[in-house]
Amino acid sequence: MTVTPLGIPRRLLEFTIDGQEVRVPECSTILDACRTAGKDVPTLCEGDTLRPKNACRVCVVEVEGSRTLVPACSRKAEPGMVVKTGTERVRHSRKLVLELLASSVDLSTTPRAAEWIKEYEAKPDRFGPDAARLDEEPRVDNDLYVRDYGKCILCYKCVDACGDQWQNSFAISVSGRGFDARIAVEHDAPLTDSACVYCGNCVEVCPTGALSFKSEFDMRAAGTWDESRHTETTTVCAYCGVGCNLTLHVQDNEIVKVTSPHDNPVTHGNLCIKGRFGYQHVQNRG
Amino acid sequence: MDLHFGDSRPTDDERAAVDALLGPPESSWEGADRTDADLRWARGGREARDRRDLLLPGLHALNDRIGWISEGALDYLCRRLTVPPAEAYGVATFYAMFSVRPRPATVLHICTDLACTAAGAAGLCDGAEAALGPGVHVERSPCLGLCERAPAALAVRAGDPVRTAVSAPATVEAAVLAATAPDSAPQEPPAATAVPQAGQEGQEGLILLKRVGVVDPSSLDDYRANGGCTALRRAFELGPAGVIREVTDSGLVGRGGAAFPTGRKWQATASQPDRPHYLVCNADESEPGTFKDRVIMEGDPYALVEAMTIAAYAIGAHRGLVYIRGEYPRAIHRIQHAVDQARARGLLGDDVLGQGFAFDIEIRRGAGAYICGEETALFNSIEGYRGEPRSKPPFPVEKGLFGKPTVENNVETLVNVLPILTMGAPAYAAIGTERSTGPKLFCVSGCVARPGVYELPFGATLGELLRLAGVRDGLRAVLLGGAAGGFVRPDELGIPLTFEGTREAGTTLGSGVVMAFDDTVPLPGLLLRIARFFREESCGQCVPCRVGTVRQEEALHRIVTRTGADAAGDIALLREVGRAMRDASICGLGQTAWNAVESAIDRLGAYE
Repeated sequence: MTVTPLGIPRRLLEFTIDGQEVRVPECSTILDACRTAGKDVPTLCEGDTLRPKNACRVCVVEVEGSRTLVPACSRKAEPGMVVKTGTERVRHSRKLVLELLASSVDLSTTPRAAEWIKEYEAKPDRFGPDAARLDEEPRVDNDLYVRDYGKCILCYKCVDACGDQWQNSFAISVSGRGFDARIAVEHDAPLTDSACVYCGNCVEVCPTGALSFKSEFDMRAAGTWDESRHTETTTVCAYCGVGCNLTLHVQDNEIVKVTSPHDNPVTHGNLCIKGRFGYQHVQNRG
Repeated sequence: MDLHFGDSRPTDDERAAVDALLGPPESSWEGADRTDADLRWARGGREARDRRDLLLPGLHALNDRIGWISEGALDYLCRRLTVPPAEAYGVATFYAMFSVRPRPATVLHICTDLACTAAGAAGLCDGAEAALGPGVHVERSPCLGLCERAPAALAVRAGDPVRTAVSAPATVEAAVLAATAPDSAPQEPPAATAVPQAGQEGQEGLILLKRVGVVDPSSLDDYRANGGCTALRRAFELGPAGVIREVTDSGLVGRGGAAFPTGRKWQATASQPDRPHYLVCNADESEPGTFKDRVIMEGDPYALVEAMTIAAYAIGAHRGLVYIRGEYPRAIHRIQHAVDQARARGLLGDDVLGQGFAFDIEIRRGAGAYICGEETALFNSIEGYRGEPRSKPPFPVEKGLFGKPTVENNVETLVNVLPILTMGAPAYAAIGTERSTGPKLFCVSGCVARPGVYELPFGATLGELLRLAGVRDGLRAVLLGGAAGGFVRPDELGIPLTFEGTREAGTTLGSGVVMAFDDTVPLPGLLLRIARFFREESCGQCVPCRVGTVRQEEALHRIVTRTGADAAGDIALLREVGRAMRDASICGLGQTAWNAVESAIDRLGAYE
């Protein structure tokens, strides 16, 4: 049985979102409150298992008294706050963020990006055909996962997951500055020369598919990747006694990818190389 | 943390450069040869990681000695400091003055920013490149803070010790001499040449600049003989709470551009129960067109040391850091000398002036990043991380440097504390206007006969200042506040130079930049340079700024020769991008990246 820790009881505080009174526990963010109130706020760099980085700025909302828009993912709710999520000003910034991203990186494997682009009437093409793009070649330097920085929105989630928030490997960091900033290991070397331990916890949190299983990458390239044919089965990893939960993504009776439930109170979606990538023996039917 | 290091080894020079800063390694855990003792116990943990703030000085040490940072050198530095190499690589590639690729030992930085471009920087770059050949790397640099002597060049020759030479105003020959023989290049003129009011009648009436050119900047005795240390004595009489009360009553607000009330900041920090408290002086003066802090640091360095001591006393800090931009070698040298002298004479140390108050100052050098002038980015930079702004709240008064309550003030803000204490808050508040009190330094450059730093009481008009500086005929536009500021028209010279006056006029005072352009300077070219500046200086953290500054520059490129209806589509696009940058960027860089372009379109009618 999974026991979910309840934590210490927290006081409720009241404020309004779009004129509607909401009550959320202290220390909640505006985003938590919006979700409780059933508002759909787009997010990209926000991760349910990571501290908010508020880098993408697609979740911005208007808070009365604030000069600029504020990121819903990181701003703590305060009593009496007056939050607006659907004003023209908010929609304008969200639209531009989507346009700026879609015009510079490949969002084709970003869940919900197409839906938001439609909802906010974003037109990424209007910056013209010469608009600078990342256009990086996918880096295939190991058998387990691929780094396709042409899809990277620089959300910092992989860096945080690899660093002090989860894995403590510190194999990757942001290098360079501005539009030339990229996620890289030291000296921009191949992963095999780095501190990477291939836990794949960066792949787990990547919101755009810039980091993906080699199996998924190859199948997408071959045109055989079909999520409608996937089944997901959550089971227990058999390698050691920790008992991490694995979710096996299976297509045509082959495991094509392994994730882990983020709400697991022990592992929070993190695995090690064995749980994440060590499934080949299962399909060794020879 | 399980650190992974590659096979690259440092050269002897690289090892010596790092060891000169950190001392020899104590065990193989830190990069020394392995001994039997190392096999029995491990060094590391929090104690080793707590030296992370030495990463930036370590990178400087390597860059100063070798000219670039190799794989082996970076790995060795990481071993010494227990820093993951990937993170150190991220930090090294963040700063424009560092290179992780081999390059010649001599780098000639030629300023191509607004004032220098107007003074012919492009020809200087081409000429210097042709004359120097591949032995010297010519770097087209953002503003070097030498606008009063445009065009400017700074040569840095790596070695032991590193040599620097400034050539300004630079000719091709002078710049080449500075790069090829930095030791025999002519000395820079004294700081007072940047102060047209110095040596003139009425300099003794000045408040902030009265000592520049009058005292020997290396002599503490000279400083004391000219009124130095009286404010510090007064501070000890008043006590910390009394100092904060005086500063609050004086109405002093921050001079770095944001105009936050200094007394309130000090009070908020002083009252934090969390200890220790830190004082940080922001001398990362990188706003194009700004050079006032350099002039103070070069011409009257002890004033900053005294002012920092007073501020630290008021807020209960025992450690202060000055973060000076790396492009200011002479200011760094002068402040270092002043701090050393002050320490030797009991003005810093365990017992300041025998009053039982302990305070010392450390100097940290920037490495070419405008964004590090943002207060929280500066904390990250000092702590050895990438100079990316943090999200606020929490504010620095609560969680600043090393996560502790911190006051961060600009150089000019701090030196204003001296007259507040010597003349008293009411007398100080009587200067200027009701809401902008005291004297203000203005950095005037461009098409004026006498460019330099001017001190005027708040409330003087833009026209008065420009007349003082001898503005030339054919004035086309004035840029207030630097790249993050805005343009005004020649018929708006009646704007009072106060925070409220400029705000009412729909522009900004910023850090006090007043740059005059005549009609020989093509406006679209200026705007393109400003856009390039923001694109190059964006840290890349948030999307609106990282991509928005690129799209802004692209649109300005498209319309550089267009006007009217041909430009209308791109101007509409610029407005939309600009609005999102202003509304949704994390920090002031992105929020103001569109200001100057917008003002040029709306006020000057660029592209009409």
